[in-house]
Amino acid sequence: MSEQLTAESVSQALTASLALVNQAASFQELKAVKAAAVGEDSPLSKLNALIKSLPNEQKAEAGRLVGAARAELNAAFTAKEAEFQAVADREALEQERVDITAYPRVAPKGARHPLSLLMDSISDVFIGMGWEIADGPELENEWFNFDALNFHPDHPARAMQDTFFVAPVENHLLLRTHTSPVQVRSLLERELPLYVLCPGRVFRTDELDATHTPVFHQVEGLAVDKGLTMSDLKGTLEHFARVMFGPEAKIRLRPSFFPFTEPSAELDVWHPGAKGGARWVEWGGCGMVNPNVLQAAGIDPEVYSGFAFGMGIERTLMFRNGVRDMHDMVEADARFSQQFGSVI
Amino acid sequence: MRVPLSWLAEYVELPEHVTPDDVMAQLVKVGLEEEGSHGGDIRGPIVVGKVLEFVEEPQSNGKTIRWCQVEVAPGVVNGVVCGARNFFEGDKVVVTLPGAALPGGFEIAARKTYGHVSDGMIASSRELGLSDEHEGILRLSTLGLDPEVGTDALELLGLNESAAEVNVTPDRGYCLSIRGIAREYSHASGAKFTDPASKVLAKQGSGFSVQVNDLAPIHGVAGSSRFTTLGVSGIDANAAVPGWMANRLKLAGMRSISIAVDITNYVMLELGQPIHAYDADKLKGGITVRRALPGETLRTLDEKVRDLHVEDLLICDESGPIGLAGVMGGASSEVDSTTKNVLIEAALFDPISIARTARRHKLPSEASKRFERGVDPEVGPIAAARVAQLLVELAGGELNGVGSSYQTEVAKVAIELPFAFASELVGVDYENQQVLDLLHQIGCELAVHDDAVTVTPPSWRPDLRHKTDLVEEIARLAGYHLIPSRIPVAPPGRGLTPRQQFRRRALSALAGAGFTEVLNYPFYSERQNKEFSHSPALRLENPMQGESPELRNSMLPGLLQAAARNLSRGTTDLALVEEGSVFLPAAGNATTSLPVGNVRPSHDQLAELNGSIPVQPRHLAGLALGDWLPQAPGQQAVQAGYPQAILAVEQIARAAGVDFTIRQATPVGYHPGRAAEVLVSGEVVGHLGEVDPAIAAEYHLPRRVAAFEVNIDALFSHAPQVLQAAELRVMPAATQDLSLLVEAAVPAGELMTVIREGAGELLEDVSLVDDYRGENVPLGFKSVTFSLRFRAADRTLTQAEASQSKDAAVALANQKFGATLRA
Repeated sequence: MSEQLTAESVSQALTASLALVNQAASFQELKAVKAAAVGEDSPLSKLNALIKSLPNEQKAEAGRLVGAARAELNAAFTAKEAEFQAVADREALEQERVDITAYPRVAPKGARHPLSLLMDSISDVFIGMGWEIADGPELENEWFNFDALNFHPDHPARAMQDTFFVAPVENHLLLRTHTSPVQVRSLLERELPLYVLCPGRVFRTDELDATHTPVFHQVEGLAVDKGLTMSDLKGTLEHFARVMFGPEAKIRLRPSFFPFTEPSAELDVWHPGAKGGARWVEWGGCGMVNPNVLQAAGIDPEVYSGFAFGMGIERTLMFRNGVRDMHDMVEADARFSQQFGSVI
Repeated sequence: MRVPLSWLAEYVELPEHVTPDDVMAQLVKVGLEEEGSHGGDIRGPIVVGKVLEFVEEPQSNGKTIRWCQVEVAPGVVNGVVCGARNFFEGDKVVVTLPGAALPGGFEIAARKTYGHVSDGMIASSRELGLSDEHEGILRLSTLGLDPEVGTDALELLGLNESAAEVNVTPDRGYCLSIRGIAREYSHASGAKFTDPASKVLAKQGSGFSVQVNDLAPIHGVAGSSRFTTLGVSGIDANAAVPGWMANRLKLAGMRSISIAVDITNYVMLELGQPIHAYDADKLKGGITVRRALPGETLRTLDEKVRDLHVEDLLICDESGPIGLAGVMGGASSEVDSTTKNVLIEAALFDPISIARTARRHKLPSEASKRFERGVDPEVGPIAAARVAQLLVELAGGELNGVGSSYQTEVAKVAIELPFAFASELVGVDYENQQVLDLLHQIGCELAVHDDAVTVTPPSWRPDLRHKTDLVEEIARLAGYHLIPSRIPVAPPGRGLTPRQQFRRRALSALAGAGFTEVLNYPFYSERQNKEFSHSPALRLENPMQGESPELRNSMLPGLLQAAARNLSRGTTDLALVEEGSVFLPAAGNATTSLPVGNVRPSHDQLAELNGSIPVQPRHLAGLALGDWLPQAPGQQAVQAGYPQAILAVEQIARAAGVDFTIRQATPVGYHPGRAAEVLVSGEVVGHLGEVDPAIAAEYHLPRRVAAFEVNIDALFSHAPQVLQAAELRVMPAATQDLSLLVEAAVPAGELMTVIREGAGELLEDVSLVDDYRGENVPLGFKSVTFSLRFRAADRTLTQAEASQSKDAAVALANQKFGATLRA
């Protein structure tokens, strides 16, 4: 027996084996020294084998000595192994590298139409004030579009040069010229007090050009309550303008005439973000609901008053978002919607 | 309405050097809309010159010019080259001197031409903007003028005039006159106003017979309530129209025609009363105002023969119709260059009658425009006298005492206005005295009693009929800028309705899935309305020129048209979606009469009105063509086809919270082998698939166009109000594959339904993973493979339990479709 199992010899064996493990520069080298360093032929294994030939009273002590050394060696080996594994793993991932800027498209680019988005966001402003959104048919009976709104049967707007009638004309069917028939329906059907916004599509026999289209969109508001005044109209419009055009926006009313309101006003908005600098822009019309309109819905104008307003969505989109030509909004060119995506 | 400023200044004080913009700024405050300015584009020195002598000099270019010596100020002679030859030595002409500017930005300078230095230019009427006359230069003698040499010609000819143009709303007929505009300017600025009607005394004539014989009044209102005539004899119909008058007419937008016609137009513009002048010698007997007889015709001033309608109001003499009342005179009694004696007509006609006639004959004349909006019933005799006065002054006529005065009572309205009412409606505290002052200012008569005032509006304001009309007057005159802002508090709102929320979710989901929303006109040709629907279509009575005449009964043709437009612009890969109404003929009945008056229609009337309206369900439709996904590194192009249509319908159904199934079908317009019905709770709510290639070809589109169209009203009617959650099973699942041999014609979808039914409640999910035909499968059969996942709620399933469930599925598939398990 050349080897003596002593603290010294265990320490030497450990040092020698650790040196082997630590010298390994790769997975392969580590594998190659495995048998010599930690295997059956390793110095510590050999010393371990001597334990059984020791006298019984020395066995425990020797076992602890060798066991501690082997534990240290194994830990070192495992650590070294993990180190090489990490490198190998990184190398494997590197093999999977792609040019992420060369990605393929996996769904087409979709978009909402900006007019429909604008109507939605206007609706949200009024929803925020507690109003509700009302819809109605685009093809209407003449009574809802004109008579109920204080348009005399001989009013020029009822002429064929302005309004699309459905044949035969004796049936009194037409394409609504404004969303006001929805207001009439709201007055007839809903309970008072009433705060409704009516966005929708309307029709007038205008030739398509840079600023006109025979099919366009409007949003109209109607409030009927006790004690409403033009101040309420002005405050509501001012709030609306600020949400749409920024905190510096303001509005201006100019006297005007509409059959369904009295007093009536033209509405201008101070548009701080206008192309070429802040300026007043004609935005729409408004006024206090004409008592004849309330009466046509069976509402007593001595008890209730109301205000109404309306503006074109196309026109609003034009000056708010810098759309130059009406054609872009009606020609269904996908690129027009796509430049907006889901935001206006 | 165009308002020459010098004319306006005759009746209301204007500041010195006032511009059209200044005037418009005032008028806008009281409710007239700014339209623009006219004139003011000419600048002196432009003077009266006298041609002392000239020499004619032929030029190499074939022209002959005149080298003129022109006295432009006493003792100052300029040499001027002139191309015209229509003048004589001694003529007074208009000379534009260096430094002057003519309309169109033409600057005058001393310049060398034809071998001379021309120190100015002799002007033609056209160069001065006076008329279109361009035959030579303007000789002042033709205007009856012989001013001193050196006189400022701008002043003399009224060339330094400019005009403001404002838009007059239809309720303010009185503003279609200098009289009305001057009054409004006075309201806006506080400047002193003189009523032009107060400066003329009405003249009575007699002996001319006028009868109003209206046997068919409209709404019970006689066609004419007032009719004044006045005779003037011995006029010179060829008398020159003075420059100031011609110029004002021109600035006001009317052509100068002849002295008699110009005077009637001038007075109409000044007072707002349309006037007609007859050649008295062409009239046969007196005048009768009546409705047209069936078949009657009239040759109007514009030399057109008009077929009259029995509702047309006519002016007739014993020869028959001589004028379309309030719209246009007839040719037979027209004033012309030989006219000596004139009969002036200033009448008041029923606005509705005139409006209908003007519209019927497409004759929106200056006269009809005023009658339609309401003419002051009191101003007729004054206007007639004013015309007579000008004919005497400018055309050498004299009043001959002939005339008539037909007058019926024009009812005046008295409006009760509680003092507090204006403040209550506007939200501004108006003092009682302020209310009275403002109403007095616009010409109302006022009688105060207790808390209210009885207001009688002036004759020229037929638009003031209700107390709210008076409130508008008070509010606009006090100024809308005084109105404070206040936000009313609405009762608690419910937000968007479930239906409105669904629409937004569906459109957003479709956009997220790759579809682009577009908006198309709903106007289709007859052919387009037959492409995707068997429903009859509604037709417009008056479609636009070049637009299709019918209303759409399907969204798809419009989308195909939109796709074609995109394709023509180079976008070949498209996925479009549109939400909108389609129009289907009413199941209900037509209404032929409408409720009248300002009262709520009865329940039955409303039901009838609503029943008359055609059904117009909202549809959501779309199409996809070209590449759904483009080719890219590591990816083959994916062509758009029916799967994208199914994807879209799935987005819509999920946005509504409903389950849908599809059933192979042959809906009109689709590819017969690649289309399906979309069902929700057993109801067909739409279609999907690929467009019939023949229809795609009509739109010059490629063969494969995926399409879908869903009636979202129908689909949403099945939407649950609140979705109830199912319990999630968390025990381990057992997965098994199932291959069935079945006749090829059996739809996989139905097979899947049967498997679900047969396997029972342990089956959690089933999906189709393979469809194989070919070797080892008999002809006419297919082998379809499904992947089944089983799970129990309370225990780990054994493979035996799963197999049992699967076997039950096979048994049912065998019973229903003869399917057998394939080894």
